[in-house]
Amino acid sequence: MTKNMWATLAAAALLLTGCGASDKAGTPAASTTGGSRQGDFGPPQGEPVHAVLTSPPEVPPATGRHAPAKVIVELEVIEVDKQIAEGVTYTFWTFGGTVPGSFIRVRQGDTVEFHLKNHPGSKMPHNIDLHGVTGPGGGAASSFTAPGHQSKFTFKALNQGLYVYHCATAPVGMHVANGMYGLILIEPPEGLTPVDKEFYVMQGDFYTVGKYREKGHQAFDMQKAIDENATYVLFNGAESALTGPRALKATTGQHIRMFVGNGGPNLVSSFHLIGEIFDKVQYEGGTHFQENVQTTLIPAGGAVTVEFHTEVPGNYVLVDHSIFRAFNKGAIAILEVSGDERPEIYSGKQGDEVYLSDKLSNPAAVETAALASASGTLTKEQQVKAGEVLFKGTCSACHQDTGEGIANVFPPLAKSDYLLADRKRAIGIALNGLSGPVTVNGTNYNSVMPPMSQLNDDEIANILTYALNSWGNDGGVVTAKEVEQVRANTKRPEGAAH
Amino acid sequence: MIRACTLLALALLPFNAPGARAGGLDVPITGGRFESVLPPSPQVKVAAVPSFRLDTALVSNADFARFVRKHAEWRRDRVAGLFADEGYLRHWTSATEPGPDLGRQPVTQVSWFAASAYCEARGARLPRWHEWELAAAASATVPDARNDPAWRQQILDWYSKSARGGLPAAGASPANYFGVRDLHGVVWEWVEDAGSMLVSDDSREQGDPNRNRFCGSGAIDLEQKENYAMLMRIAMLSSMKASYSSNSMGFRCATDVGARR
Repeated sequence: MTKNMWATLAAAALLLTGCGASDKAGTPAASTTGGSRQGDFGPPQGEPVHAVLTSPPEVPPATGRHAPAKVIVELEVIEVDKQIAEGVTYTFWTFGGTVPGSFIRVRQGDTVEFHLKNHPGSKMPHNIDLHGVTGPGGGAASSFTAPGHQSKFTFKALNQGLYVYHCATAPVGMHVANGMYGLILIEPPEGLTPVDKEFYVMQGDFYTVGKYREKGHQAFDMQKAIDENATYVLFNGAESALTGPRALKATTGQHIRMFVGNGGPNLVSSFHLIGEIFDKVQYEGGTHFQENVQTTLIPAGGAVTVEFHTEVPGNYVLVDHSIFRAFNKGAIAILEVSGDERPEIYSGKQGDEVYLSDKLSNPAAVETAALASASGTLTKEQQVKAGEVLFKGTCSACHQDTGEGIANVFPPLAKSDYLLADRKRAIGIALNGLSGPVTVNGTNYNSVMPPMSQLNDDEIANILTYALNSWGNDGGVVTAKEVEQVRANTKRPEGAAH
Repeated sequence: MIRACTLLALALLPFNAPGARAGGLDVPITGGRFESVLPPSPQVKVAAVPSFRLDTALVSNADFARFVRKHAEWRRDRVAGLFADEGYLRHWTSATEPGPDLGRQPVTQVSWFAASAYCEARGARLPRWHEWELAAAASATVPDARNDPAWRQQILDWYSKSARGGLPAAGASPANYFGVRDLHGVVWEWVEDAGSMLVSDDSREQGDPNRNRFCGSGAIDLEQKENYAMLMRIAMLSSMKASYSSNSMGFRCATDVGARR
């Protein structure tokens, strides 16, 4: 019996796995790429090829190769003064003259001969640790290069994926904080599915002695970096790197792929594209993916591949949704999508009208009545006016503005025999609520009215006076004094609002 | 006879003649126990530094040109490739002349070998790392300002500027507590033991001695991890082989106290 039960459970589990597991390509999720053990496709074939390196936001074309090749990568380290924000310059240390560094694209199984050149004008020694390298230091020691020198090392790209590379020369944090990071894409052997556009974006945090947007040349602030108190959080190394004329551009109906890295050195990114939903996210740059994602986390020293389809034209804003970074530290980039409007998907603004909250429609009348009551000059008219405002804010949701209530659910107040028969009872109901069967104008009701004890004596008096003088009711006045007496004489239900 | 003696003396001490260069080995610096960013060994955290003398100013192009004219084997067109790379004195207008604008600037683009030979010719040597670090720990007012965040940041500011643009004249910066100038904010400096601060960057040596080069390794070996200014000096020195030259690497000389003068 027990055995049978276990067998059933096991079968059910298998069934569940089977259901949830197959992705669109029909590959069971349980399968793996085999990692590095399946990444060696033998020695390189054919003539060596020179890798095409691109500056952000451009991405090199697909390798288009179907066999392992020897790929020569030549990357130059240059220290450059560039604008980090309007009127603010900073000395960036770069791989290829840009922040982030040049994008490198190879195919799994390729043998990569890496040449790191340190410009003679550099002040610092530099090296490179590529997270896509299998080997100690990711190439760091092998590529340690003095200014005016170049180093060479070779690795086989065993794991497919999107990987960060960065400088690992002491003090590592400072080299990274100065912009020394980039991405290397190691394509799966079959390549990536073609898309209409690919972009290269990388987030980084920066630490300057001067405040955010303080003009002039700004030096690196070591203490702020240690405290992880970023002055700037930026996409592609400058506040205006991907805005205005440099915004990313696409058209409607395009399948977009973005390779997004986070160089850090400190902050983790809550990467979000305002107005779009990522159809597909290869989180952490790995193989498996999530679908229909709003915001994805990119670790410092990590990356993500996101894909989405453009439908509606307009500006879409890339942000770190740790949102003060976006609006106070610069983590904003723009994707401009042009094309025909699609009102059936997104209408745009369809109206703009004055809106007055019921509760706030005319607070002046309430105030006037309260003052008059305090000074003993309150008139019936003032009570009715104030009562109307309060009624619309509190009572009309059920009893309706017309006082008609809702048939068989909420009893009417207009020409209500139940209301008009006993004013004292009405005060009690307003104060303490009413539940259970009642008959109003010949109709039975059985629902619940909560106590309105949050209203003060003046307010309840005004509401009731309004009710007694509206919708054809025959008039009368309820005074605050009467309410006060009823309130004093009723035992308030346990747990009722004050 | 007198003439011959004079000639002999000149030949022996070509750079020792008084007035040959400003900013010489004028001040003795009292040594002592010194907490270095690079402790002598994992067990010995405090270095014992004997007293020494240090050039108060960097060696200038004019200084080095006098040396090269005397010791022709150190001319850029005659130097052995083993002792200097292709960048050696490449910025000079000729093999013996730095050019009119460079004379007073600190000499750069010199290899460790050439710098050592220059000091040796003056009867001196390159300073050792702990000597240099001890002298460089001083601000204008105190001998060890390393825990002063403002002083640290001031040093770091230099690292935040690119290496383009001309250098100031040697000896132009304000003297520190010891009377030494140019220790920060001008150039990197060769030290005598540059080659042994970290072992060679041969990629086969991936073991412990090389840890300083990788992520996180600074956390293991180096003391005063917040002292970025010194860590960067060490990183720079360890990236340079003795034959390398760089446009931001200069030097000054040192001697033991009592060795001469």
